[in-house]
Amino acid sequence: MITTLDVTVPAQLTLALVPDLVLMGGAMILLVWSALRPESDAHQRSVGVASIILAGITMVLVLAWANRYDAGPGPIAVDNFRWLVDIIVLLGTVFAIALSMDDNMRNGIRAAESHVLILLASSGMMLLAGARDLIIVFLGIELMSVAVYALAGLNRRSERSAEGALKYFLLGAFSTAFLLYGIALVYGATGTTNLQLIGGRVAMFALAGSPLLVAGVALMLIGFGFKVALVPFHMWAPDVYDGAPSAVTAYMAASVKAAAFAAFIRVWLEAFPYSYSAWHGALAGLAIITMIVGNAIGLQQRNIKRLLAYSSIAHAGYLMVAIAAASFQGSSAMLFYLLVYTLATFGAFAVVVALTRDGQEAVMIEDLTGLWSVRPWLAFAMAVLMLALLGFPIFGGAGFFAKWYVLEAALQAPVPQTTLAIVLVLTTVVSAGYYLYVVMVMFMRARPDGMPAPERAGGLTRMVLAITVVLILVLGVVPNGVANLARAGRPRIDVDPTLTTLPRRISTAPPDTAPRVADARAAEPNR
Amino acid sequence: MLPEALFFSAVLFVIGVFGVLIRRNAIIVFMCVELMLNAVNLTFIAFAQVYGVAGQVFVFFVMTVAAAEAAVGLAIIIALFRHRQTVNLQNINLLKG
Repeated sequence: MITTLDVTVPAQLTLALVPDLVLMGGAMILLVWSALRPESDAHQRSVGVASIILAGITMVLVLAWANRYDAGPGPIAVDNFRWLVDIIVLLGTVFAIALSMDDNMRNGIRAAESHVLILLASSGMMLLAGARDLIIVFLGIELMSVAVYALAGLNRRSERSAEGALKYFLLGAFSTAFLLYGIALVYGATGTTNLQLIGGRVAMFALAGSPLLVAGVALMLIGFGFKVALVPFHMWAPDVYDGAPSAVTAYMAASVKAAAFAAFIRVWLEAFPYSYSAWHGALAGLAIITMIVGNAIGLQQRNIKRLLAYSSIAHAGYLMVAIAAASFQGSSAMLFYLLVYTLATFGAFAVVVALTRDGQEAVMIEDLTGLWSVRPWLAFAMAVLMLALLGFPIFGGAGFFAKWYVLEAALQAPVPQTTLAIVLVLTTVVSAGYYLYVVMVMFMRARPDGMPAPERAGGLTRMVLAITVVLILVLGVVPNGVANLARAGRPRIDVDPTLTTLPRRISTAPPDTAPRVADARAAEPNR
Repeated sequence: MLPEALFFSAVLFVIGVFGVLIRRNAIIVFMCVELMLNAVNLTFIAFAQVYGVAGQVFVFFVMTVAAAEAAVGLAIIIALFRHRQTVNLQNINLLKG
């Protein structure tokens, strides 16, 4: 039984936000608790366990709410897209906290509040997942970013960590200013900050070509480009990923990117579908150079964390292809991709955490030489994760299907994105150069004498590794269930009832497969 | 009135952008970012005269968030200062990956 909420009424809006509020409130209580006791390893671990439990409770609430509520137009979306992004984010949160519990022990970090900062950043991400108003988009991005700035500088003894945090902070604030200026200009062009009203007014008053709107969209593109690390706005990513503790890097590379992309695609699908011609060229161009440059520089990396940083830049390029498709099929493909990418990234960083020795965490690829002979399971897991990031069929599990759905969405888009699809395939082949190199080093080179075997990884690290690898392999065999969920997880587009004629819809999806669009169509008597 | 305000805020924003890209002192770079945010605030207020209160509400959010960001940012700058005894960004090439 699904109840439809009216999120313009404060009480019902609160009801729609209950999972987010529980996470925020719980994080506040945990923050007080973490500050009450002196720093110690035991306290750090117990706050970590409580944080994981809180994230679990929030996930249960999200599942309950997903089956119970639904909402019309308003500042917060209550649709399957939001719930699925919430689940991807919370999964990432649990992994990040579990990994940082082990990683903190190894690096001698005793700050219990690191877990709470992850929870606070996650509540910002959940806000982003449901944001349907530019004010909420801004608040979500800032809530997420401010917590992650602090997380990047978590290792106070490390100069690289502090330097990475400063770089992240300055460029993050810089990009926020661009995003905000873009929002201000879009507000100036349309007179509203609500995504659907923006979309409606652009169509109604034929604003697509207005200089104010075009400038606003361009500035917002730059702002989002910084947040998701698109070339040429990617310069911060390798240094920050390298400097931050591995668990936090995994969180930045996977969950922060997932949430930013979720907000990105919602803004673009709901607010700017009718200015397609204004942004499509720029967006496709960014996607192409991101895929090419990310993979080309990735080939030269010999440090695993920097390699994964460039790999995450390249993946941002692949995800841009899904946005450039400008269809619901694209947003569904993106959801599936984000899930697989989150699993693979956390798995790969779990291997990095497992290889950390005496606080020396920046592992070079050479440190993996002959890993097969000393830690066969670790080498096996890393091989699966690398193949998943590459998008290899069967052995790479769901990684192949993630890329497949994005390609399918690009080619079946209302305006087929053939060039982007070709670049995606070619750059994927290039990326084999570094992903397979890692696998080759682990399996085909003899381990040099006197090279110590890595210490046995912590229990939580092994658990994260096992879960990610098993899920990737299982999804590689039976992707249909999750793919169908992703297909149902499209953003809900309600049409402003004052608009009776619309030039064209953004999706070519047949109406019988789109139950939620169907009621929007009912509001358009002229169709 | 509106064109003048928009022009002025655009000029302020561009000054802020150049400041971030050119200056080498972390504190001054941060001040330039704040300048950019305030240029945006001016734009919002200018548009709020045309469209009503929503733009002014946005300004309050921006100011609050900027204050929170400043707290975290200055803490990060102090953390780096403890390692380096300087806040100069000479060695932190912001535009080189």
